[in-house]
Amino acid sequence: MTDAGSRTPKVEDALTLQAEEAMTPSPAGAVVMTLADVAVSFSGRTAVRDVTFDVHGGEVTALIGPSGSGKTTLLRALNRMHDAVRTASVTGTVLLGDLDVYAEDTDPTLLRSRVGMVFQRPNPFPTMTIYENAVAGLKFNGVRKKALLDEAAESALIAAALWDSVKDRMNAHASTLSGGEQQRLCIARALAVEPEVLLMDEPTSALDPIATKRIEELVVELKERVTIIIVTHNMQQAMRVSDRCAFLLMGEDKAGELIEYGPTARLFSEPSDPRTLDYVNGRFG
Amino acid sequence: MTTVADAPVDPTVERRRAVQQAATASLRRRRLGSRVALGLCWACLAVAVVPLVAVVAYVVAKGLPAWNLDFFTHSTTPEGIAGGGVWNAIVGTVVITTIAIAVAVPLGLTVGLFLAESDGRPAAALRFTADVMTGIPSITIGIFGYIAIVRNFGYSGLAGSFAIGFVMLPVIVRAGETAFRGVPRSLNEAAMALGARRVVVPTALPGVITGVLLAIARGLGETAPLLLTILGNEYLQWNPTKPMESLPTLIYSYSQQPFADLVQVAWGAALLLVVVVLILSIGSRVLAGRLRKERR
Repeated sequence: MTDAGSRTPKVEDALTLQAEEAMTPSPAGAVVMTLADVAVSFSGRTAVRDVTFDVHGGEVTALIGPSGSGKTTLLRALNRMHDAVRTASVTGTVLLGDLDVYAEDTDPTLLRSRVGMVFQRPNPFPTMTIYENAVAGLKFNGVRKKALLDEAAESALIAAALWDSVKDRMNAHASTLSGGEQQRLCIARALAVEPEVLLMDEPTSALDPIATKRIEELVVELKERVTIIIVTHNMQQAMRVSDRCAFLLMGEDKAGELIEYGPTARLFSEPSDPRTLDYVNGRFG
Repeated sequence: MTTVADAPVDPTVERRRAVQQAATASLRRRRLGSRVALGLCWACLAVAVVPLVAVVAYVVAKGLPAWNLDFFTHSTTPEGIAGGGVWNAIVGTVVITTIAIAVAVPLGLTVGLFLAESDGRPAAALRFTADVMTGIPSITIGIFGYIAIVRNFGYSGLAGSFAIGFVMLPVIVRAGETAFRGVPRSLNEAAMALGARRVVVPTALPGVITGVLLAIARGLGETAPLLLTILGNEYLQWNPTKPMESLPTLIYSYSQQPFADLVQVAWGAALLLVVVVLILSIGSRVLAGRLRKERR
C-alpha cells in the first residue's frame, strides 16, 4: 500500500506520464518491451533468471523450452501477475517503452490495461454474456460510453475471428460457446482494451488441432494490431507463428535460464548454442 | 502497424487513447474504493476479533488463579472446604465424550462418504436431515435424550454420550462429505482405471481429521444436552451407567452458587474447557496442514 497523503502528487504525475506514454503509438519493429536480468523466485527459490532480451513491436515473440524452464513464470512477470502471489519476488528490470514496470509508482492495473493476457485454458466469465465478456475489461477500466463499448466489442470480436458466429447472439452466455470459441472470446476480451502487448500462455494447449490452427492464424493476423509474446511448448507452433524466439532451459539448480534469443528462422536453422540445436531437433524436451 | 492508407487516424490507436484516458480518470476512484473496501474488511475483522479476545482474556484472568495441582487431581468439595478440584468433572467429560466419539465418528463418516458418493434421493434427504440437525437447539437434543434414555433408564453418563453424539453427528457428516468430495475426480478415475472401485479415503484424511476434531471441540462445550441427561455428581464416578459430572455442567451449576470459592472453581473449569477446545482447534489445523504437506 502506498501512503496516500504524502505520495499523492508523485503518483498523479506518474499516472499522467504512464497514460501519455500509452497513447503514443510506437513504430513497427521498435523495441516495445525490454527485459534486463529478469529473475523470478518463489520463497527464495529461483524459478527463472538471467533473462535479458528486447521485444519488438508488431512481432510475435515466442518463449520456448521444456517443462520447468520457467516460460510461464517469466511471462507472468511481464504484467506483474506475480504481485498476487505472496511468496513470489521479481528482480531485474522490465520496461514497457520507457515505463519501469516494477517501479513503485507504476500502477499494476493501469499497466495491465496496456499489457493484456490470455491463459492456457479458456476462462470467459461464466455468468456474463458474450457481449459482457467482450467489454468486461473496458468496464473494469472505467469506460462507460455505450458507443465506445459497442465499437470496441465489435472491433475486438472481428479481430478475434468470432464476430460472424456470435453477432446474432451477443446476449447468450459465454458458456454456450465451444472451447475454441471461448478462447477466441478471451482473446477478444483482451483486445478490446487495446493493449500494446498481449501475453499468451500456451493459448492452444487445451484445444483440438482445428481450433489450434485457427488461434495460430489469429496470432499471426493480430501482430499488426498488438505486439504478442506467446509461451508454447510446441516447437512447430513457435516456428509457424513467431518472428523471434527465446529458448529457456532448466539449469542444474532447477532454475530456468535464457539460453538463446534471436530471430526464429535462425534459431531453428543455425542456433549458436548446442543445447538449442538439440532441443529444436527434438533430441529432448 | 495497420496500413489504412487514406485514414489519417488509426481507430485502434484512437480507442487505445480513449481507454487509457478512462482508466487513468477512474483510477483515483477505483483506488479510493479499494481502500474503503480494505478498511471495511479490517473494521469487520476488529469487530469479530475484539469480543473473542476479550472473552478469552477475561476467562484467563478469572480462571487462572483457580488452577493448582489440587484443582486437577481432586474432586469437588462443598463450599468452605479447601483443596477442591474438578477431577470428577474431567473424568466425566472424558468418558462421556469418548463414548460419543466412538459411536458418532464411524457413523458420521460412513454417512458422509455415502453423501459424497451418491446423488440420489436418499442422499438428498439425509443431507437435508443433517443440515436440520445442525440447526436444532442443543436443549432440544437434551430433551430428546431425557425422554428417550433418562425416563427409561435413569440419569447416566451414557445418556449424556447419547445426547452429545447427536450434537456431533451432523458436524461429522458434513465435514466428512466435504472432505470426501474434495478428492479430485482425476484421482478417483485413476484408481478406477486400475481396477479399484473407488479410492477416496486417504486423500480425504486431512479434511476428515479436521472435521472430527472440530466436532469433538463442539461436543466438549455442549451444556444443555448434559444438564438433562447426566444429573451431575459431586463424587468421582468412572462408571458411565451412573450419573456423572462434566466440565460444562459444573461450570453451569457452580457459577450460580453464592460462594466465592465455588464460583472460582467454575472459572477455573471454564478456562480449562477454553484451553482444551483451543488446543483441539489449533491441533486440527496443524495436523491437517502437515498431512497435506507430506503429500506434496
